[in-house]
Amino acid sequence: MGNLTAWERMELIRHKGRPTVRDYIPMIFDEFYEMHGDRCYGDDAAIVGGIARVHGISITVLGQVKGHDLEENKKTNFSCPHPEGYRKALRLAKQAEKFGRPIVCFVDTPGAFCGVAAEERGQGEAIARNLMEFSRLKVPVICIVLGEGGSGGALALGVCDELAMLENALYSVISPRGFASLLWKDASREKEAADRMRMTAEDLQAFGVCDAIIPEPAGGAHVNPQVMAGNIADYILMALQKLTQKSVANLLEARYNKFRKIGVFQESAAVQNGDSQKPEDFEL
Amino acid sequence: MLEDLFKVVKSRLDYDSRTASGEEGSDSRPRIPKNLLFKCPRCQNVMFMDDFNANLKVCSACSYHSRISCQERLELTVDKDSFVEYDKGLTTLNPLDFEGYEEKVAEAQEKTGLTEAVITGECTIRTRKCVIVIMDSRFMMASMGSVVGEKITRAFERATEKRLPVVLFAASGGARMQEGIISLMQMAKTSAAVARHSDAGLLYITVLTDPTTGGVTASFASLGDIIIAEPKVLIGFAGRRVIEGTIRQRLPDDFQSAEFLLEHGFVDMIVQRVNLRKTISKLLKAHLPDQKLEA
Repeated sequence: MGNLTAWERMELIRHKGRPTVRDYIPMIFDEFYEMHGDRCYGDDAAIVGGIARVHGISITVLGQVKGHDLEENKKTNFSCPHPEGYRKALRLAKQAEKFGRPIVCFVDTPGAFCGVAAEERGQGEAIARNLMEFSRLKVPVICIVLGEGGSGGALALGVCDELAMLENALYSVISPRGFASLLWKDASREKEAADRMRMTAEDLQAFGVCDAIIPEPAGGAHVNPQVMAGNIADYILMALQKLTQKSVANLLEARYNKFRKIGVFQESAAVQNGDSQKPEDFEL
Repeated sequence: MLEDLFKVVKSRLDYDSRTASGEEGSDSRPRIPKNLLFKCPRCQNVMFMDDFNANLKVCSACSYHSRISCQERLELTVDKDSFVEYDKGLTTLNPLDFEGYEEKVAEAQEKTGLTEAVITGECTIRTRKCVIVIMDSRFMMASMGSVVGEKITRAFERATEKRLPVVLFAASGGARMQEGIISLMQMAKTSAAVARHSDAGLLYITVLTDPTTGGVTASFASLGDIIIAEPKVLIGFAGRRVIEGTIRQRLPDDFQSAEFLLEHGFVDMIVQRVNLRKTISKLLKAHLPDQKLEA
């Protein structure tokens, strides 16, 4: 599978039969109790959240919900959440923190919904709030990108201690179509954009953004969802074992540094002023 | 007689082709020198540039607060000679090896005299000390890449360490596409730094200016303890054309304006540019530690 281009992976993860978070939940967890609503406005079907039991412990599960067909996708808005979806996720994350439950986030969205209602209810504020609050949750947070990780809408469930991606998953600042249309004024060059954007799991691992790649069965996750679910379960167990051993202080410090260190720039000493620091070349 | 008429037309045609090809002709039409007039992009009102500048670059008809450079913003906001800049030496690299990116950055540096789309530093505003962050939309639409994210993060970290409030003037088209996923992660990085500053009990004032959109709206710009907006500026998450494309209808003119956000509960107050310095300094004063109840 390693030789697929980013665009071929894009076609693979948009395959109708690719398992969604709703398929994985019963395969991975022993019990699951879904919770609804943000307590402010409504319940967004584009985000699922609830309490699950796995290996004898309780965890909180959050995820963006794709559909398999048009009917399901209409219900879940093609996995494009509204602000109330992100606020539901935050409410359940805070609940997890209160009861000391680790959180597992499944990311699978082309992006936050772009519409009038989303703007009226503060799409930007909802995402920003999640970024800030997830950065200081006192429980372990694991994030797994199942398919598409699209922009800020994905990142709103993506501030975590450990980020894993399924082998063919993609994670990017914008869709290839948006990239091509913004930078080349030509949306039809999306294939080329996908291959230029460095958005595969390997690319993100090289950038230090992704911590682990979860292997998919030959041909992709849809070929054997049971095997895929097993691989995801193994990863979750491993990550939980590692993270639950850390003290809260260490956990929060490591989470801060995980994002703090991301950036590619250089620093010249000649024009330094204010609080001068040692001149250094920073790269990631 | 008819022939004469054609002569006239012909001579005018000659005249037009002459001027169109850039030849020096006996041009008697009035020419308006560039930069003499300002035409408001919101209401199409035309003002003399001198009047527009004297009005702090605010449209006299609709009160649209036009974009200003970070040097101008600094002058309007901070006490004279009080600004000490942080991290001026940070410049971007090209993480995706994206063709033309370095040239684009160099062009923006040339045009603005800045090294990147944000300046950060320490200053006093009517004698009150704070860390100040000013984004400049002239620099690649103040998009957030590694350097913008790093400078803002460091500004919050220093403010936390020195126990200073942060005053941030936001303006941005969003994440810097040319830096791919690295630019997206700056949203998480800056928001985490805001969280630490907030946990230390320190004040963060955001001023949203034209335009504040995309990944900047969806991170530090929306996280102020107090969120101020300038009148009539554009503030939103998704671009207007993107939404129009999704819903296939035209949006009302005031959609995503500062007033729209105030109405929907996402900004605390709309403040005219002329009053900003005073308002900010009073809010800074209201948050000074060790306040004692006067008997």
